[in-house]
Amino acid sequence: MEILSLLAGGFAVALTPENLFLALMGCFLGTLMGALPGLGPANGVAILIPIAFSLGLGPTPSLILLTSVYYGAMYGGRISSILLNIPGDEPAMMTCLDGYPMAQQGKAGEALSLSGIASFVGAFVATCGLVVLAPQLVKIALLFGPAEYFVLFTVAFATLGGITSTNQAKSAFAAALGLGIAMIGSDSQTGSQRFTFDHIHLYDGIDFLIAIVGLFALSEVFIFLEQHKGSAAVSSGPPKIGRILPDLKILKRCVPSISRGTALGFFSGVLPGAGASLGSFLAYSLEKQTVDRKGETFGKGDPRGVAAPEAGNNAASGGALVPMLALGVPGSGTTAVLLAVLLQLNITPGPLLFTKNPDVVWGLIAALFIGNFMLLAMNIPLVGLFTRVLLIPTRILMPVVAMISFVGIYSITGSTFDVMLMVGFGVAGWILRKLDVPLVPVILGILLGNQMEVNLRRAMTISDGDWLTLVGSPLAIILWIIAIAGFVLPMIYGRRMRARMESSRQDDEFVGD
Amino acid sequence: MSDRIFGGFGLVLAIFYIWAATIIKDSFMVDVVGPRAFPYMVGTVLAICSIYFIVRPDDEPAWPAFRKFAEIVFAAAVMLLYAWALPEFGFLISTVFATAYLTWRLGTTPLWSLVTGVLTSGGIYLVFHLILGLSLAKGPLGF
Repeated sequence: MEILSLLAGGFAVALTPENLFLALMGCFLGTLMGALPGLGPANGVAILIPIAFSLGLGPTPSLILLTSVYYGAMYGGRISSILLNIPGDEPAMMTCLDGYPMAQQGKAGEALSLSGIASFVGAFVATCGLVVLAPQLVKIALLFGPAEYFVLFTVAFATLGGITSTNQAKSAFAAALGLGIAMIGSDSQTGSQRFTFDHIHLYDGIDFLIAIVGLFALSEVFIFLEQHKGSAAVSSGPPKIGRILPDLKILKRCVPSISRGTALGFFSGVLPGAGASLGSFLAYSLEKQTVDRKGETFGKGDPRGVAAPEAGNNAASGGALVPMLALGVPGSGTTAVLLAVLLQLNITPGPLLFTKNPDVVWGLIAALFIGNFMLLAMNIPLVGLFTRVLLIPTRILMPVVAMISFVGIYSITGSTFDVMLMVGFGVAGWILRKLDVPLVPVILGILLGNQMEVNLRRAMTISDGDWLTLVGSPLAIILWIIAIAGFVLPMIYGRRMRARMESSRQDDEFVGD
Repeated sequence: MSDRIFGGFGLVLAIFYIWAATIIKDSFMVDVVGPRAFPYMVGTVLAICSIYFIVRPDDEPAWPAFRKFAEIVFAAAVMLLYAWALPEFGFLISTVFATAYLTWRLGTTPLWSLVTGVLTSGGIYLVFHLILGLSLAKGPLGF
């Protein structure tokens, strides 16, 4: 009951005209960014953070805007998967498998509306799950002391590579790189200058926004320059959609697929190291195993093969918000970027967020519910609008993305040095991506580095220098076991999982999910 | 081979990082662990991973040919130049040329690149400065 009254308070926040308008803008921009290949949810949110911040929006309005973008991008990713066989973002990969064949059979409209409904159900149920699960997780998190928090951050880094990681050393290197960058600047505990080499620009440390926009958005521009892909995703006229509404019969047949996909997706979103891509992959594979054992219809335009992964990936993106909000530890690239939003607004996520700023949390959750209905409306009747976006050639789009990144960073820092630093991060991001080093741990390291160190030092101060305090409680030991298992298991199973995912669909590289 | 070079570079970075950590000055405030312990841990992880890259390198990534490589270097140089030019010439003028360069390199014809540059620059100025009120770089001419 308490939850319902809190949620009612949240709706009071979210239903103000300003917030409704921002949610609408966010959903629209998000769907747009999701639909465009090369601009995923992580990039999209990253370039909008500095802009939301320099517009002077308050914490709740900015969060509503940016999480609506996040949800919207998850919806939008399916559009180009179905119409062009090019996933708009990584989690939409599995939707290509049956969505594109459906489009080839002239059933693009049906595939789009069916996947829109599946996305809606997935996201809606996941948001309900967030309402129920996050406060429970907060209760556990309130038992955490500094030592447990230090171990929890270790868990986040150890599992971030995910079950599909092929080279854990590269994930670990990336995390250490991020943590190392976070150390630059004056030490929060004693005030000593660290790694600044008396360079005045470094005294405050490196702003994580510069790193995020550089690593995510600019490196994408470099990838496009290298591949010299300048043409539009479609060259001749807007793609044909056909009839928009699916048969009720087909919809009925898809109900069990959508429910299974939603459940699987939500859990892989909540669990560390899984995320939306794995959610949609698992949903698709399970569906194939349950309803099409012989492989007769899947991969040839079975509507259930569109519904299940879309429900899975949208449910996972809602599930991923649970650990981000309740613990302050994100499990995926995009939620890491959303964590950056909170930090930029001087809000510390984690258990205290729920007690100290209930209006922020519940306003955000209510906005997600509202945004979901807006997205359903945008994605079914208005889907034709978004398919036209695919006509924009990347040779025009990518420079615009680059320039908006510059505008954002310049407008918050006003410093040439910081803009140059962003270019540096862009080049570094390109090299790291070439070498198959994941970028998400770098970002997470920069974001969490100082908190991780502070918790370590607090724990040591409490224990008076006894390092055994890090394994001093059953909770800490359980967390260590999760961390070690999460780091070691992919070494055994990672290659096999990755191979399976890639054999089902060979594709370009993406940043995070 | 790329991974080995990367590992070597990482090792140098790790050694430099640990050395830079040793010269952190203590302040008048002290705690049990001090400001150096955590950087040492980070540096050690960097070093161990780098050694692993040298010993067990992955398959060679698909590096672009020399010409495409130059493409990246020039684009980065143009972006750095753009960052330097922002306060010198103002947002509108610098952005026209930076956008024109990028869109030209992505395959637009030179004349259309200039048009795209003008439109992008003007469009961003209109939306972000005039409508949303963001502060953009001001040159000597005031825009």
